[in-house]
Amino acid sequence: MSELSVNHLLGIKYLTKQDIKLIFETADHFKEVINRPIKKVPSLRDITIANLFFENSTRTKLSFELAEKRLSADVINFSSAQSSVKKGETLIDTVNNILSMKVDMVVMRHPNPGAGVFLSKHVNASIINAGDGAHEHPTQALLDSYSIREKLGEVKGKKVVIVGDILHSRVALSNIFALQLQGAEVMVCGPKTLIPKYINKLGVKVETNLKKALNWCDVANMLRVQNERMDITYFPSTREYTQQYGVNKALLDALDKEITIMHPGPINRGVEITSDVADSKQAIILDQVQNGVAVRMAVIYLLASKIKQ
Amino acid sequence: MSQKVLLNAKEVNIILHRLACQLIEKHNDFSKTVLIGLQPRGVFLANRIAQILRDDYKIKHIKLGYLDITFYRDDFRRSDKPLEANSTKIDFIVEDKNIVFVDDVLYTGRSIRAALTAVQSFGRPNEIELLTLIDRRFSRHLPIQPDYRGRQVDVINSEKVKVNWKEHDKEDAVYLIDK
Repeated sequence: MSELSVNHLLGIKYLTKQDIKLIFETADHFKEVINRPIKKVPSLRDITIANLFFENSTRTKLSFELAEKRLSADVINFSSAQSSVKKGETLIDTVNNILSMKVDMVVMRHPNPGAGVFLSKHVNASIINAGDGAHEHPTQALLDSYSIREKLGEVKGKKVVIVGDILHSRVALSNIFALQLQGAEVMVCGPKTLIPKYINKLGVKVETNLKKALNWCDVANMLRVQNERMDITYFPSTREYTQQYGVNKALLDALDKEITIMHPGPINRGVEITSDVADSKQAIILDQVQNGVAVRMAVIYLLASKIKQ
Repeated sequence: MSQKVLLNAKEVNIILHRLACQLIEKHNDFSKTVLIGLQPRGVFLANRIAQILRDDYKIKHIKLGYLDITFYRDDFRRSDKPLEANSTKIDFIVEDKNIVFVDDVLYTGRSIRAALTAVQSFGRPNEIELLTLIDRRFSRHLPIQPDYRGRQVDVINSEKVKVNWKEHDKEDAVYLIDK
């Protein structure tokens, strides 16, 4: 077993436990590579990758681009803001036009859930989902689990609480799938309005009291409130949200253990997490960013090895 | 599948000592020299040579590293089997050092080509030499030859040379296997 069971990374729900193990073991090697004086390997020198971002992104796009370049792939970038999508072109037409330029792999972020799955059925290239609406964001979940594994030794048996806007979060859904697949216990915590009605069907615990959630967990993954996806008012005010669901130093000091704090970024300092927590030793937020490059290199490398010549 | 013994434990031992002595002849106290075993099978030979240099020839400071060449190979997406990576462990600077690559069998030379590229990620060495236990003559795809060789053998392409190590395969021996 040293090959992925899939030809695309569309979501964590399509992966097996062995896939995740293989991705992590490969990422270990790439983490060593990106800490060398020369942080680059020539593996993918005959692969061309298109990064198609139909939705804004800074960190994920940079991380993917860096991962691709560290593997020596040729990279083309596309953002919908400056493209013909604005002129009325369909998704398949846009992508087929790009693929006719001989592109082997597509990394795509799209506001519509299922855009990656749709594309994988209609075009002949390996697809990596870099976030599709409120559905999945598989590489983020992989790097989150990888960071937990790095910090705590293993993911199995760990208690992880995901705090915040679960309703609009693709990070939450992918994380739930990834953590459960590896044998972790998962809880979601947030205001009732931001927790999907049927979330318990996924086998996760639900808690609306942050203090209780933090007392239960080994790791707290703090999500951002996604104001841009909110069509109605889900809580009275940001100030009230912070009082109920913001993590601060006093709250953490009151626990009888030291928990690990994660955040997928971008952070709203002073809203879901205070600055002193975000910059403390308990927070592994910047490790997550570094691991993101190694994990994405592993995913790209393993998928590329399945592209036949 | 049939197999023939090319070298037994005693012969392997004699050759390892000879190779160690040849290294000392050129590199003296190893102050400017590093040994780098190529993953996966060259590591056993590199460990063994380093141990002999330390224990039998009292060379105190041997720098020993392991290099994985998976990401530098030229058969990515071309071989039927997926390439599996191993760990690289080089915790010293190779800048201006004399490197000796150590591998068990030299066959097409493609691994060494990959290793020459891979090691550049760790700096610019002064020079690079190659030590190999078995040199499969007449099968090279590239202009690469060993500087220190244990035994030269003539093997046809359908045959395989397998080096066994006590610490991994329970015995020191070299076999010729007819696939």
